[in-house]
Amino acid sequence: MAKTIAEINEKIATGKVVVVTAEEIIDIVAEDGAEKAAEKVDVVTTGTFGPMCSSGAFLNFGHSKPRIKVQKAWLNGVNAYAGLAAVDLYVGATEVPDTDPLNNQFPGDFAYGGGHVIEDLVAGKDVRLKALAYGTDCYPRKQLDSWINLETLNEAVLHNPRNAYQNYNCAVSLGTEREIYTYMGVLKPDLGSANYCSAGQLSPLLNDPLYKTIGLGTRIFLGGGVGYVTWWGTQHNPTVARHENGVPKGGAGTLTVTGDLKQMTPQWLRGVSFRGYGVSLQVGIGIPIPLLNAEIAQYTAVRDSEITAPVVDYSKGYPYFEKTPDLGSVTYADLRTGKVTIQGKEVPTASLSSYSKAKTIAETLKDWIQAGKFELSQPVQALPSADSDYTFKLLAERPVNGGGS
Amino acid sequence: MASHKVVLHFPLHQLNQPVVNNLIKRYDLDFNILRAEVTPNEKGFVVLELTGEEAKFREGLAWLDTLGVTCQPLSEDVVRLDDRCTHCGVCVTSCPVEALYVDRPTQAVVFDTDACIGCGICVDICPPRAMVVQF
Repeated sequence: MAKTIAEINEKIATGKVVVVTAEEIIDIVAEDGAEKAAEKVDVVTTGTFGPMCSSGAFLNFGHSKPRIKVQKAWLNGVNAYAGLAAVDLYVGATEVPDTDPLNNQFPGDFAYGGGHVIEDLVAGKDVRLKALAYGTDCYPRKQLDSWINLETLNEAVLHNPRNAYQNYNCAVSLGTEREIYTYMGVLKPDLGSANYCSAGQLSPLLNDPLYKTIGLGTRIFLGGGVGYVTWWGTQHNPTVARHENGVPKGGAGTLTVTGDLKQMTPQWLRGVSFRGYGVSLQVGIGIPIPLLNAEIAQYTAVRDSEITAPVVDYSKGYPYFEKTPDLGSVTYADLRTGKVTIQGKEVPTASLSSYSKAKTIAETLKDWIQAGKFELSQPVQALPSADSDYTFKLLAERPVNGGGS
Repeated sequence: MASHKVVLHFPLHQLNQPVVNNLIKRYDLDFNILRAEVTPNEKGFVVLELTGEEAKFREGLAWLDTLGVTCQPLSEDVVRLDDRCTHCGVCVTSCPVEALYVDRPTQAVVFDTDACIGCGICVDICPPRAMVVQF
């Protein structure tokens, strides 16, 4: 029998709600079947914790005396985008300080950047704000150098345009000379290592592969606080090849998520450095899936052995689109054993996404719902899904003056 | 027989002395150099795995102390900051001695200080910078 989100919220309010994690539902559906599982269980909680580059925060630091309309701004030396109203900034997770040696001494260290600024703010640390302006009649001030912190900010809103990627590549290197430094970590030559990045069977969008319940307005666990799905993510690509269970065979759906930074904790937002690549932010996200019917229950029963990641060469295939031998795909169950077989070779694997943290997120969200602290929300609009004509395009370059590379 | 991984720090006045050579001869120890950095007129350190009789090893340590050479277990110099580690596991394929590995099925990353040789590779590649090596 189908149920509604309002009915589930009623159960949350009266303490009768039954919540399990995306790990726990697997055995329940296997034993009882999807129909019974949907009757017995009301909510399945998911979780993911990994580096999510397309992340950042809007900050309003309050008007100074005299007033300033900031044109250029730095937070602990990291450039923050100021092309907004007078004292609004956006600090992006991958921004690096102007003074960073970058990859001039290869591979660069990338010790500090936007992701670390966000972590420092969330940790309550003082952050140095330097700002320059050209001065106007209404905003005469031209310079500012002040400490700020999370408490003194009017608003601090985490707004991440692309998070929670639904599945991802398994990255390897077919290069022969040296290890390569990528956003997927360090990859050893000659298929010497394979890195992957998904919470697999715990991952939000892999438990709702066709976005039947997750949509605009879905209330979520974000960085240790409460946030919302506010749009589909950039590069959202729902019309990719899928398995029969609806699970995409590679990167597909993405989410834009937004939430109050003041509620969040550094445990779930962590600045990270990728040698030779740059900086980013590890973000913790958990999404509840209401078991409205048997079909949705069946989706949440997906397990790592049923989810595959395409193996992609990051030496030539990914950066240059060069054709490489077909490296096939691997299951997350195999990836999690620590080694997979690619082209007949046994390759050690490493994960960028923390499965143990993802599990803790799913358990935390379960606790919140059981304790009546977290109600489910009814999405106000669905995400474009597999039946839409929404696709992800490469740049159709139109070179100006003959171009140049 | 016992085996210990230790870090020896040499004061300036001992840099020109065959300290390790004397140590192994006097106390009948075997040694394996894991890492060393000795710069003339500056300070130096060496990371050794010493194998021998436990009693002799202890006597050797006492002798080093009289020379002003400090000796401490390697495990004190290589530290995982547990509040920074996010257990992603990206380090495990870079560790040459599998001192960092993923526990299954919890998928948590385990740091085995006994297996660690102090090479420092993990320090550079850990995204949240949870690994620290200080010699």
